[in-house]
Amino acid sequence: ENVDLQKTAFLLRKAWTLYSVTPLYRFHRARLRDYARLLSAFIAAEKQKGLAVEVGVELDIKVAVSSLADLRGSEQDQAAVLVQLSLRSRASSRNSEDKLVWLGWFCSVYGDDLSENLPEDFTCLPLFLTHGAESYTSMVGSWFQKTFDCCFRRLAISPLNLSWMVAMWAGCKLDRAASAVELVFSVPHLSQPLDISYAIHPEDAKALWDTVQKTPGEITQEEVDVFMDCLYAHFHRHFKIHLSAAKLVKVSTAVASAHCDGIVKILHSQYLLGVLMLLTELAISQIQ
Amino acid sequence: HLATSLPLPSERDHLRPRIDLIVFMIDIKSKYSLKNVEASLAHVDARFFLGKVCFLVTGVGRVNACSIETNAVCKLGEDYCSPVLFCELELEGIRVTTAQRLLRILQICAGHIPGVSALSFVSLMRNSDED
Repeated sequence: ENVDLQKTAFLLRKAWTLYSVTPLYRFHRARLRDYARLLSAFIAAEKQKGLAVEVGVELDIKVAVSSLADLRGSEQDQAAVLVQLSLRSRASSRNSEDKLVWLGWFCSVYGDDLSENLPEDFTCLPLFLTHGAESYTSMVGSWFQKTFDCCFRRLAISPLNLSWMVAMWAGCKLDRAASAVELVFSVPHLSQPLDISYAIHPEDAKALWDTVQKTPGEITQEEVDVFMDCLYAHFHRHFKIHLSAAKLVKVSTAVASAHCDGIVKILHSQYLLGVLMLLTELAISQIQ
Repeated sequence: HLATSLPLPSERDHLRPRIDLIVFMIDIKSKYSLKNVEASLAHVDARFFLGKVCFLVTGVGRVNACSIETNAVCKLGEDYCSPVLFCELELEGIRVTTAQRLLRILQICAGHIPGVSALSFVSLMRNSDED
């Protein structure tokens, strides 16, 4: 359970776009360097075809593919795989540090549901997280799809799942002063889009969750419903607006924040695996 | 007749025709609609639950926008011995089919179909439970 904090620090405080990925066919961890070379060639070819990201200065994309041994839930999980795209400008003669332009990583945290009955040749890494330009994501995704016969889909997060996340994360114990718990709602059926942001003091939110949760370590749908109903009732008392009729689009806590379009930011290293476990579960249910 | 919640205003009681069927509409994207229906159910006379009530869940086409657990709605149907229909109003084909189904149910509840009464719905529901 002890994830190397130094190695995973780069995962924190970045907005990750989420995808679900079907199992990879004939993916061999020993061949990571080969894959990096092949992906690099693929990207160069795509650019020549005119699908270049930047026009003007001739830019070289360097690809690195590595394994993150600690980033997994159980021994049954595959270790995470990280893909890094860096820019090496030919214009600069001094070999300054390459500029990292895109990051993507595959992971599985307690993804046993999916990996249990898979035949030998398949590698199960259902969650894919990206940070950087969409054009690069699309190129990397295409290459993986062609090479390993897998399928990527944007992972959307329903209001139901967002409310689970806010209830779970608001209840987390944190040592330092935490930021507010915020819920953002989008009001439907209006000519002008309207967003309502509801911010709650983190201690109040945690106190509320503590009175609702019956068994520590266990969360039920009922408990999440009671938690949310209390928040809705409080808001209604003050503003006479039924938030339960609006669409919950984003939740934000000191542990992590999540948006319904499938964008997540993990803010606290202590709960990294917990958040990834939840996201892995969502990815798996989208695949199945 | 459409109403946003129950009970219906008592001023018009004497003008109201006989009610043969009550369809409770729940929007899967709105938790509020479920709460509203649950509150309204308390105002319905017990006799209606002998086949003259049904639940219509709308918006099921958009799985990613759901704010209500499907289990919760199915449980509601079980608790009140009433059928639960799922539909997506934004798709014309499904809208039309659903309207036809509701009309059929209404015809039976109003006694227009000889040999079949609203009580048939209740016995149909119980059988599938015991299986």
